[in-house]
Amino acid sequence: MESKKESLFSKKNRKLLTDPLDDVNPISIQVLGICSALAITVQVEQAFVMSLSVLAVMFFGNIIISALRNLIPSRIRIIVELVVVAALVILVNEILKAFLPDVSEKLSVFVGLIITNCIIMGRLEAFALGNKIWPSILDAIGNAMGYAWILILVAFVRELFGSGKIWGFQVFPEKFYELGYMNNNIMILPPMALITVALIIWVQRSRNKKLIEEN
Amino acid sequence: MDLVNIFIKSVFIDNMIFAYFLGMCSYLAVSKTVDTAVGLGAAVIFVLGITVPINYLLENHILKEGALTWISDDLANTDLSFLSFIMFIAVIASMVQLVEMIVEKLSPSLYGALGIFLPLIAVNCSILGGALFMQERQYSSMAEATAFALGSGVGWFLAIVAIAAIREKIRYSHVPAPLRGLGITFIITGLMGIAFMSFMGIQL
Repeated sequence: MESKKESLFSKKNRKLLTDPLDDVNPISIQVLGICSALAITVQVEQAFVMSLSVLAVMFFGNIIISALRNLIPSRIRIIVELVVVAALVILVNEILKAFLPDVSEKLSVFVGLIITNCIIMGRLEAFALGNKIWPSILDAIGNAMGYAWILILVAFVRELFGSGKIWGFQVFPEKFYELGYMNNNIMILPPMALITVALIIWVQRSRNKKLIEEN
Repeated sequence: MDLVNIFIKSVFIDNMIFAYFLGMCSYLAVSKTVDTAVGLGAAVIFVLGITVPINYLLENHILKEGALTWISDDLANTDLSFLSFIMFIAVIASMVQLVEMIVEKLSPSLYGALGIFLPLIAVNCSILGGALFMQERQYSSMAEATAFALGSGVGWFLAIVAIAAIREKIRYSHVPAPLRGLGITFIITGLMGIAFMSFMGIQL
């Protein structure tokens, strides 16, 4: 039993899980899935729910496509992938509407846009189509986590400085506001999401020099 | 007059890139030179202008609650809107394929210019986003939906051509090494977004 577990998390498999967190991060290095990442990072709660949804879709999508990989004719693979992802997203959307109606309202069209989220299509295309189920599962989790930590970090910064709250709870005490502290309303506006991500990229690439681009 | 308002509003105030970040992936990937940016931008206008009206018809005559009454009165309570994602994406994927084939037959020169970008567009968020915003905002006629689609396309076109022009220039500037490429493009887009916010106060 123990030795079997060992092979499941062999060095190569562990790399699948950890690489997307930093070296090949889907957002800051591969530039995939930016569309949804930026628009819903006003509050941590939204970002968290969004990351969970992406994780669920990517997890099951990778399993299904990986299981079907020898049956899908390569000419129509994009359509097959889109149908699988669209069906999963419909499920996620209905579940969110039923159990978290207010978050679902705020996410509006961005749940639907998970269908065209390039991370999911990219991983299906580049990984699940050519690999067995277990590595595909690890790959899905790794990439979803890489997406999630950037999303939640951006949301954390924007919510903290934009409305002085985290997950809806007031962080800065009333005293601060009486002394003249003000929420920085520009953080809530869309352009600051881009600049926050740019700062994350800046920090990440000055720490990890091999990621620096030529131009 | 209403149509012009919707058009202007979707070009400047509800700009796909600066207000909603839709289609960012191809916006960042294909904005290295102005020529390719113009090609991709034109293809986006084209495909949005075709798919949004078709999806509008689907939405209003098949998917919406009570939209099926033209078949029989028994269906007045049927609500198929949960199927909208799969319908929209199927329409987009097949229209892109169809447009590609038609353009190839009718105008090889246009195909040469747009050809490589058309397949990319099926997974461009701004196309599906256009369809979903159309559904959410409940436009009252097909003309309004078309004006919205063309306006969003033109807004996207403007954004990608502008960033491509800036990126061509910035190649000669001294940018801090870790910010080169992606980082500086993000910051410039953010600043452009702030500039575009000045359109927000316009009352139409």
